[in-house]
Amino acid sequence: MDNRLYIKVPAISENEAFLRNVVAAFCVPLNPTVEQIDDIKTAVSEAVTNCVVHAYGKEKGDIEVEAYAKDGVIHIRVTDFGKGITDIKKAVSPYFTSAGEAERAGIGFTVMKTFMDGLEVFNNPSGGLSVNMWKNMLKEV
Amino acid sequence: MVEAENKRDAVYFKFVGELDESCALKVKDYMDDVIEDTKIKKFVMDLKKLTFMDSTGIGILIGRYKKITKKNGVVFITDPQPVVDKVLTLSGIYQIMPKIEE
Repeated sequence: MDNRLYIKVPAISENEAFLRNVVAAFCVPLNPTVEQIDDIKTAVSEAVTNCVVHAYGKEKGDIEVEAYAKDGVIHIRVTDFGKGITDIKKAVSPYFTSAGEAERAGIGFTVMKTFMDGLEVFNNPSGGLSVNMWKNMLKEV
Repeated sequence: MVEAENKRDAVYFKFVGELDESCALKVKDYMDDVIEDTKIKKFVMDLKKLTFMDSTGIGILIGRYKKITKKNGVVFITDPQPVVDKVLTLSGIYQIMPKIEE
């Protein structure tokens, strides 16, 4: 049976723990190792934090999280409907942060890239940003 | 969250639970008050009971590191769980806050 996760919640920091734990729970039928689950939780937390901190400025907005598994690979998409990113290449480079003095490490995308097997970041035509990431759960870590 | 405890010659920041954006401000404020008020120069981030942290936590630690070194203090990290250790290692933070055994 093809299972699929779809969830949409307000982009507030209280939802970070909720969303990373929901995605982790969705992965359980794939028999993940503890390290695989930790990697996924951390990567999802980074993507969601980006939405919470950067996507909407002072406006309110939502975060959409989708996930499905195919051939042992978990695919996760995190989408917001905010302002998007003008220079994605710059944004994903290590230690870049647009947050100025707000004490941001600037390694969110680096964490996602390192902890997952693949990462795509793109602005949606209708506005907002999507992060696609995937991880092969059949691979030994 | 986090709680400070004076032990031997150091201030220990003992982290408990999960550290992310949702508690970042509270954690920063609490730690800054402690750093401001103490004469002790050695700080240890005790991560034994920290069950999750993302790069928001790295930002918080680096921010506190800057405040502590401004007062000529030193910072160490001890006892991170594997999930937290992986993010810390990736960030390169151990180069400025060495990992010590307790």
